[in-house]
Amino acid sequence: MARQKLKAIVINRDWCKGCGICVHLCPKKVLELDAKDKAVAVRPEDCICCRMCELRCPDLAIEIETEEGDNE
Amino acid sequence: MPVKDYLRERFFPHMWCPGCGHGTILNALIHAVEGLGLNKNEIVMVSGIGCSARISGYVDFHSLHTIHGRALTFATGVKLSKPNLKVIVPMGDGDALAIGGNHFIHAARRNIDITAIVMNNRIYGMTGGQFSPLSGPGVKATTAPYTTIDSSFDVVQLAKAAGASFVARSTAFHVKEATEMLTKAITHKGFSVVEILSQCPTHFGRKNKEGDAVNMLNLYKDNTAKLGSKALEEKPHLIPRGIFVDSERPEYCEEYDKIIAAAMKEKAS
Repeated sequence: MARQKLKAIVINRDWCKGCGICVHLCPKKVLELDAKDKAVAVRPEDCICCRMCELRCPDLAIEIETEEGDNE
Repeated sequence: MPVKDYLRERFFPHMWCPGCGHGTILNALIHAVEGLGLNKNEIVMVSGIGCSARISGYVDFHSLHTIHGRALTFATGVKLSKPNLKVIVPMGDGDALAIGGNHFIHAARRNIDITAIVMNNRIYGMTGGQFSPLSGPGVKATTAPYTTIDSSFDVVQLAKAAGASFVARSTAFHVKEATEMLTKAITHKGFSVVEILSQCPTHFGRKNKEGDAVNMLNLYKDNTAKLGSKALEEKPHLIPRGIFVDSERPEYCEEYDKIIAAAMKEKAS
């Protein structure tokens, strides 16, 4: 089965309130809060597309866009 | 459909505090609705008063923002007049079990096909952090500076005893599980209650030194265990999560239809 490959981590900066849930609960530590206390994807290459940030975000500010990856 | 298509984007960012579990519950609910492939026009959200009740304003379904504790009453009216609609009632712990406690048990007793979501943060957040009937003993609140002495309700046991035919509990940490339970509750025919423990970092967390939202979520991970799991067997003091009741019982609208049919028959003859 083709694995899901990350296309983009879309963060709505207007909706993010900087609670840090995504930052601390990401299993791969992909996200961080910037100087304005907004979530940013600093290590998108490490993302495994588990979508836990998207599901847990209380501000509904994160969207993980994926595409079909190579067969493995 | 993307998640945003179910939202009234003009009201975002929402009014909940940073890290509030209620947002995560909204997120889980939308994923459940999306997974079921329901049409937005098939759903009615009826809510009362409180932080939790604001959820009905954020979703692009039919919505009814009613009076404190009486969401289930209005929902019963909606359901009886339009039984084909899916009626979802999000309530806070106070809205559901203090102000609306009586409505809650009677809706469960009738087994009317409504999905009740109890977003339990164990505090009255909107009015400044007073303790609620779900706070439990030993909790600090603005109205209990030396901690509460009141025992709390167990929503699951209460709903079960009152006659709800679907009863489940999850937390804002266990989002996938919560989404699954909401999906099952929405499809269930009869009164379904889903209690979702939700963190209130602003009032409950700060007063009770439970730290920020992340810390409170980690507490849900540590202090709960799945029904039937080994962890729960070894540590029975943990809060059980899972589906406690999933049974079939005559549904209120269907029974009422029978009465209508019988009365019409008599009138015709």
